[in-house]
Amino acid sequence: MNTSSNDKQITDDLMPQKFSKSGMIWVGILSTICVIGAYAYYRQLRYGLGVTSMRDYVSWGIYISNFVFFVAISLVGSLITAIFRLANVAWSTPLTRIAEIIAVSAITFASLIIIVDMGRPERLYNLFAHGRLQSPIAWDVIVITTYLFISLFLLYVPLLPDLKIMNQQKNKNSAWQNKIYIFLGSFWKGNSEQVKISDKIINILCIMIIPVAFCIHTVTSWLFATTYRPGWDSTNFGAYFISGAFLVGAGGVIVAMYVFRKHYHLEKYITELHFEKMGRIAVMLSLIYLYFNINEYLVPAFKMKKSEAAHLAELFTGEFSIMFWFAIMVGMIIPIFIMLFKKGRKPLPMFITGIMIVVGAWFKRYLIVTPTLLHPFLPMQNVPDNYKHYFPSWEEWAITMGSLAGALLIVTFFVRIFPIIPIHETITEQNEKDHSK
Amino acid sequence: MNNNNNIPRRDFLLGGLLGTAALVEGCSEPKNPFAQDEVVLTGEKVKLLSVDGQIIEIDRAFLKPVPDVPHLSNAEERQGVAGKKFIMVIDLARCKNLKKCQSACNHMHQVHPGQNWIKVLGMEDADHTAPYWQPTTCMHCDEPPCVKVCPVDATFKRQDGIVLIDSDRCIGCRFCMAACPYSTRVFNWEEPVLTQEVAEQPYSCETSMPQKKGTVGKCDFCPDMTRKGELPHCVSACPNGVFMFGDLNEDSVTNGAETFRFSDLIKDRAGYRLMEDLGTKPSVYYLPPVNRNFPYEAGLENENSEETKK
Repeated sequence: MNTSSNDKQITDDLMPQKFSKSGMIWVGILSTICVIGAYAYYRQLRYGLGVTSMRDYVSWGIYISNFVFFVAISLVGSLITAIFRLANVAWSTPLTRIAEIIAVSAITFASLIIIVDMGRPERLYNLFAHGRLQSPIAWDVIVITTYLFISLFLLYVPLLPDLKIMNQQKNKNSAWQNKIYIFLGSFWKGNSEQVKISDKIINILCIMIIPVAFCIHTVTSWLFATTYRPGWDSTNFGAYFISGAFLVGAGGVIVAMYVFRKHYHLEKYITELHFEKMGRIAVMLSLIYLYFNINEYLVPAFKMKKSEAAHLAELFTGEFSIMFWFAIMVGMIIPIFIMLFKKGRKPLPMFITGIMIVVGAWFKRYLIVTPTLLHPFLPMQNVPDNYKHYFPSWEEWAITMGSLAGALLIVTFFVRIFPIIPIHETITEQNEKDHSK
Repeated sequence: MNNNNNIPRRDFLLGGLLGTAALVEGCSEPKNPFAQDEVVLTGEKVKLLSVDGQIIEIDRAFLKPVPDVPHLSNAEERQGVAGKKFIMVIDLARCKNLKKCQSACNHMHQVHPGQNWIKVLGMEDADHTAPYWQPTTCMHCDEPPCVKVCPVDATFKRQDGIVLIDSDRCIGCRFCMAACPYSTRVFNWEEPVLTQEVAEQPYSCETSMPQKKGTVGKCDFCPDMTRKGELPHCVSACPNGVFMFGDLNEDSVTNGAETFRFSDLIKDRAGYRLMEDLGTKPSVYYLPPVNRNFPYEAGLENENSEETKK
């Protein structure tokens, strides 16, 4: 009797809720940004990539750095869902779905933004009609598609028991919601045979997603590391990118945890303990990332090879120095100091730290892509003056912001339709705890 | 002249698979292979000598220019000229930064205003070393980094050593531009500015024309000229004989006026290639700027004031 009332309480708490007034405003703002981005992309399609500020030297700009950012943040799905699950980390249950939907929406927009960067997007099918396996782009297409599908399954399969719960409460949902629940989950009866299969699927997916996750970001780093350019020509790049990706993903999850907890009053489910634990993990990830940054910058800086010297000087003290030190300090060092202290691992400071990590990480990706292209081996001459500098045009900003807003919209709509904290698993864990008492 | 009619079988099949829309397009004017050429008679007669020695009269409307290069299929263009290995030697001792190579190249390939396939760089390798003018073309590397990274085989290496771009296939990802250490590649950021004549001609990888929006372009060693046995435009445009073009298999290079044995030239003048340490194995060789025909400063007249040395 006691348990079932408990179950009901959990279910009521965690049911998806209608947008509040602030929720509507949030959706309105994001949609507006998306529409502006879509208009900018229309202009780009019509007039060509000339509407961007990219030119022959800086031939990759914020589209590519934004792509790297999206791929990076999507890695968190594998960290929290798979690595924690395989390591039997019990407290991560309420965070798995948050991490997984961030992964799915980020990797979706990573694929879209890379199409936006193409000069001839209508020829995308050439990748299949004339694809060449020796190109790192081909590897990227393969692993990103694989990762997207594994992530979708990892989102979907654990959702099935919750869909059953939703289907049992038809009167509480709108008609369109019920249609979705029935379409997605009506076959799920929750009998022991199905549970056995689903547990097996989840286990297989969790094991599969880890190497694939490492692949997506390693291959993304190889888009740069397979060239000769100073700043990219580095054997450190794969590990450097992956460590940064786990950090920004953890930052993203921390921000999302705080927002959902606050907005949907989930204090009972996303507790201070979760922030405490995520804080410790984020400190570790920051330190690892810092370690790879030291390798990436200080070892070449010790030698100051001619080709590297101009690039490093520009980062440390030149045109990009403010952004560089901002990204290092705000994206890594200050968060480490905040989160080292117990008070820093409370929800609000963690929220602020999470934002710092994510913003710092976005600029870090920009610094990885653009300054290198401004330091070619041969001098930049015989070109118009605007070829020698890069600052994104309004179209580039609009499309980039539109893609970020679009990723947030996916997360927002997901939360509107599905329970963001797994109901069934929470109930099961609660009951197990009660029994052990 | 019927270049458009030769739809490669593979593309045709693919078009069919992609659905009726593509098929309808494939059969509409001017691609319809069954359509008769409409000839509007002018009434003006022209006398011609026929093959068997008779003088015949035909309407002027039937006169069509004979193309000076036979039409080649995309596959033939990708293969290149058998038995050749094209190379270039650039004599830095002769360059005065006149940029005639550049303007001829831009003119013949209708390169977008502001962009150049050939750059004449004012180089100074370090403080206290001698400055010199360095014309820089595509290096047509034997280990081309651009070809390695292309995901769709739009840029490729031919058996005659030339690296070309197929602008009908390029998806515009610009990975090749990032990969090229010589920064030789340019991108058609906007709709190319073309004369009507060029805009209407069918695309060919060998002429690299008409260029297409959203695709990559670069120096192509003028394979349409070499196929005719003529020199690339930059070679013939240079009044100082800086550029020498030829065939490694024949061991000879020429700038039109003088012809050299390639191996002797490189041996006697200590020829070198750019960025040898990268292992790209360029097909373009440089002769160092010693015993110069012109002082470096003579080239400054032609340099825009805002452009300075590295």
